[in-house]
Amino acid sequence: MWITRRVTFSASHACYNPALSDNENVRLYGLAANRNGHGHNYVLEVTLAGPPDPQTGMIFDLKELKEILNREVVEPMDHRSLNHEVPPFDRVVPTTENIVVEIWRRLEPHFSAGPVRLHNVRLYETPDLYVDYGGELCA
Amino acid sequence: MRLTRRYRFSAAHRLDSPHFSPQENRALYGKCNNPYGHGHNYILDVTVRGPLDATGRVVDVQALDKLIHESVLTRLDQKNLNADLPEFASVVPTTENIASHIQRLVERSWKNVFTSPELAVDRIRIEETEHNFFELHSL
Repeated sequence: MWITRRVTFSASHACYNPALSDNENVRLYGLAANRNGHGHNYVLEVTLAGPPDPQTGMIFDLKELKEILNREVVEPMDHRSLNHEVPPFDRVVPTTENIVVEIWRRLEPHFSAGPVRLHNVRLYETPDLYVDYGGELCA
Repeated sequence: MRLTRRYRFSAAHRLDSPHFSPQENRALYGKCNNPYGHGHNYILDVTVRGPLDATGRVVDVQALDKLIHESVLTRLDQKNLNADLPEFASVVPTTENIASHIQRLVERSWKNVFTSPELAVDRIRIEETEHNFFELHSL
């Protein structure tokens, strides 16, 4: 069975690779390459998979999940400049894809012991664009 | 990793099959058989599957937008699907058939824009109204 919890955070970012020229950055990242940055209201949906515990009837304690998401994602990223304040985005371009991988890295250790597993991390950059990640790069 | 991008188009259609009598069409399609047609604000979600590339992205979203606009939206948006699209002259423009048509349009243009063999259309999802949606997964 799956359970999904949604949290939101608002942050600024700039998709700019300092190893590339200005023109190359604009060609790759378009308006998002503006070095001064811009912002989004990110929506994060974290899905856990596992059996409901026979005694509690729950897959995972939602209070604890909320605390983990706040500690690992919302507190460090909400109302921050990702490039300036949230490592590794001082050296990794904070595309939605790279942010989702970083969120997976931060969350996965909390669920590595089982029986509950981190199943999917979905991050909406806007209501019209989201990325799903199931940990395939971190295996 | 999967990236989903949302697009919108508005179109008119009428559900009326040449395989059935007027009475049968009315019974089968109900209000959607209204002889003068009707319309919807369709929502199209295109999901792309692939590995993370050197720029920290699954797909160039600007290139994806251009492909979808040119190959799909310009053909369908603000059109009468039955009257304006030869594909639906003899095929009933149910959302199922629209989804299949869009999948063909996207796949026909795909190789002209994206050359990586690892990058593929994963899913076409259409909402006809907020109450119903249809998903077509690629193999």
